[in-house]
Amino acid sequence: MNMLGELREQLRSGSAEDYLCKLFEKVERSKLNGFTTLAKESALQQARDFDRDRSPGQGQGLLAGVPIAIKECISTRGIQTCCSSRILQGYIPPYDAHVIERLKAEGAIIMGKTNMDEFAMGSSTETSCFGPTKNPWDLNTVPGGSSGGSAAVVAGGEAPCALGSDTGGSVRCPASFCGIVGLKPTYGLVSRYGLVAYANSLEQIGPLTHTVEDTALIMQIIAGHDGRDTTSAEGKSDYLPVKEGVKGLKIGIPKEYFGEGVNKDVEKAVWDAIHTLEGLGAAWQEVSLPHTKHALAAYYVIAMSEASSNLARFDGLRYGLREGEDKDWHTTFSDIRSKGFGPEVKRRILLGTYALSAGYYGRYYLKALKVRTLIKNDFLKAFKDVDLVAGPTMPIPAFRIGERINDPLSLYLADVFTVPINLAGVPAISVPCGFAGHLPVGLQLIGKHFGEATVLQAAQAFEAATPFHEKKPEVV
Amino acid sequence: MEDVIIGLEIHVQLNKLNSKMFCGCSTAYHDSEPNTHTCPICLGLPGSLPVLNKKAVEYGIKVGLALNCTIEEETLFYRKNYYYPDLPKGFQISQYDFPLATKGHIMILGDDGAERNIRINRAHMEEDPGRLVHAGTIDKAKYTMVDYNRCGMPLLEVVTEPDLCSPKEARVFLDKLKSILEYLDVFDGSQEGSMRVDANISLKGGDRTEVKNISGFKGVEKALSYEITRQKNMQRRNIKVVQETRHFDEIRNITVSIRSKVGAHDYRYFPECDLVTMRIASWVPAIRDALPELPDSKRERFVKEYILADDHAKSLTSEIRVANFYEAVAAKASPKLAAVWIADVLKGELNYRDLGIESFYPAQMIEIVNMLAENKITEDGAVKIIRTLLDRIPIEVGGSPSKIAQKLGLGKAEDSEVQKAVKEAVAESAAAVADYRAGSERALNFIVGQVMKKTRGKASPGEVHTLVKAEVDKA
Repeated sequence: MNMLGELREQLRSGSAEDYLCKLFEKVERSKLNGFTTLAKESALQQARDFDRDRSPGQGQGLLAGVPIAIKECISTRGIQTCCSSRILQGYIPPYDAHVIERLKAEGAIIMGKTNMDEFAMGSSTETSCFGPTKNPWDLNTVPGGSSGGSAAVVAGGEAPCALGSDTGGSVRCPASFCGIVGLKPTYGLVSRYGLVAYANSLEQIGPLTHTVEDTALIMQIIAGHDGRDTTSAEGKSDYLPVKEGVKGLKIGIPKEYFGEGVNKDVEKAVWDAIHTLEGLGAAWQEVSLPHTKHALAAYYVIAMSEASSNLARFDGLRYGLREGEDKDWHTTFSDIRSKGFGPEVKRRILLGTYALSAGYYGRYYLKALKVRTLIKNDFLKAFKDVDLVAGPTMPIPAFRIGERINDPLSLYLADVFTVPINLAGVPAISVPCGFAGHLPVGLQLIGKHFGEATVLQAAQAFEAATPFHEKKPEVV
Repeated sequence: MEDVIIGLEIHVQLNKLNSKMFCGCSTAYHDSEPNTHTCPICLGLPGSLPVLNKKAVEYGIKVGLALNCTIEEETLFYRKNYYYPDLPKGFQISQYDFPLATKGHIMILGDDGAERNIRINRAHMEEDPGRLVHAGTIDKAKYTMVDYNRCGMPLLEVVTEPDLCSPKEARVFLDKLKSILEYLDVFDGSQEGSMRVDANISLKGGDRTEVKNISGFKGVEKALSYEITRQKNMQRRNIKVVQETRHFDEIRNITVSIRSKVGAHDYRYFPECDLVTMRIASWVPAIRDALPELPDSKRERFVKEYILADDHAKSLTSEIRVANFYEAVAAKASPKLAAVWIADVLKGELNYRDLGIESFYPAQMIEIVNMLAENKITEDGAVKIIRTLLDRIPIEVGGSPSKIAQKLGLGKAEDSEVQKAVKEAVAESAAAVADYRAGSERALNFIVGQVMKKTRGKASPGEVHTLVKAEVDKA
């Protein structure tokens, strides 16, 4: 279902300004706390320009006049980009990320920035300096994270689409918890230029939308080579139109993704989904990803190690938090970092620093890299037999706000099915596949490297055969 | 001084590159306002990513080959993590395992006059940090300012084995390295701070100290000499030399201990994932083929091709610009005479004035050497012309050497004029003639002096001496 395409057509004959104003009004009444900054002035100006200029050739972009919400950690010129951290509050970037340039070139209107776990470190959007974002399906539960703001505003109808970033599940987890579509592209497919790094060898920017076709549309815009990101892949693929049907597709079901620790309702919804795909003509078989059990440990060692270095630049000297009187260099930057970072960020910086220390590097970081290779090989092996791998995105539905925040280990465990995908660098989508009680469940479809087209194809066929994407939360 | 052990780490700015190591900012920041040669990348703004300047790697390989190093098949960058205000990312992109070049060597003339082989441990690439600036002196300034213009300048760090035996050898090594770098056209040593040296020094059996960030080769020599004295004094008094980092105070010419920053440094090196591993093996053949003639081979060629004395050849080849100047002159004037006049006279005059060879033109030198060869001017006259040109004495702005010779009346005296002066002087110097006849050879010098006076120095003293002797003997 091409919702964004339809919206674009409606705006062309109607008023982008009116539509945007309605969204902004909704955001202002909202209890979700999904947006952190609204770029009202620039967005409305852009909408008015769009409405005024009806000359041929104008407004032809793929997202012409369509508003989009952007996660806090993606650099937007002139709009605060603080990663929901005190330490970066007040930082207004002088440049646009590659994806923002691409979106603007296609006529999209940047609505504002969305809430996230501080520096993308979390799966619940509770560690933000702006306070937690709430799940539109149940205001007492988390929207997932770290792109919880982006997922919540899309699910809650405050923005038609959004960008998030996914380091260990940060697009797919909130997509799953909020009942929308979220894609983590193949590492290297979308330029990271302008994405504030948490763990740079793992993360990608990805769309959060209501429908699979909308995700394909955004991928059409943001994917492709960018010389400013050395890890950006050459070449350009087409994601539109999404190929129809799943006849003949072979889907692998990893036995390690079911069983202990997986909520029964989640497991049932996912199996139902697999049977639906089977009914549509796909074949499924069991596959094994034997190193899954080591994925979490490897992921956290790598992510925290990289984070300890990536976050070293935040010293308050050039931008961001600068409080109190300056003392000598070491005291001043230590003070700023003590005040500016929240406890989860500090925990990860400390653990990452430790893992990279002389004498521990081989025991932790190097070992984690080896496990990473094994996990990648698991996928490569599985993909010799199957076209896709399917399983639950999250082992559980959204949990209650505050329930796990003081128990980091249980929070980390919830990432068990999302982090292997980042370690392997393969693409994966989460699509709504049912409910556990009143809370949405996500089906994760994992593809080969640069196999987005197949992932989207299967996801779209599933979506077309099921009603879940049409269910809307009753937002207060 | 065989009990002194010195190793050097030299940071060379590859300042002949147009853009910085990982961004498009210009490297020509030296005359610019602070923080004007910056962008999101070299300022390390959140979300920015480095893109490697391939030309910098090419330059690095060039240097590696010239230092007789092995070039690694693959090379990659690492992050060196530490906090400092001049380091906007909180880490420096550098190399660690798999540096660009390893295990090289260069020959220098040792203190004992013999050629010595100095081994190169490695040469690796990294980015320069910014620069801290203090209003007034570092002790008295109330605050520190940071200029990020230098940030991201491409640096090559050359690390020697501890093969140097004296401060003088260290200096000779650095001169040689600089010479090679300039031959390769990757480096301009005239820019401030373009080469910075960390020196490790120990006495046999003692712990070593590291003197960091010395700029200027004279500084290196002085810092090392000071350290030797200091360490020897400590040994004499049975005080243990502690392994530490020291700073060279250029004003007082001493080294001082720098309080080490929170214990031993752990830089937590790990691979920079924003850059990919580069296979450089395939780059090497083309770069090797395009390597220019280096100082040692040029020297050998000068000796053979122009039949020069070895020290003249050495003096003419130590700087590429001098070598090029010489060859331009030697193409149109006597190569031997040109060598003497450039190596012995011109270089001295330039040195004295702290000028480079670019202050003089080959065309001027060609004219001077040719006038000398044709006996049109005396050697004194030639020196005067060189000085006049260097001092920009405004007798004739842009004047050619021959015109200056004319203006200053430096043209060699006509034979008849000299003959006349000799006759007059002999006639006027009866006493000296008598002394000479009485057996005093030296008495002739007085008469020669009189002739020189009469010809206002335009005659050659040697020739005059011969003429005077003949005139007196004849009478």
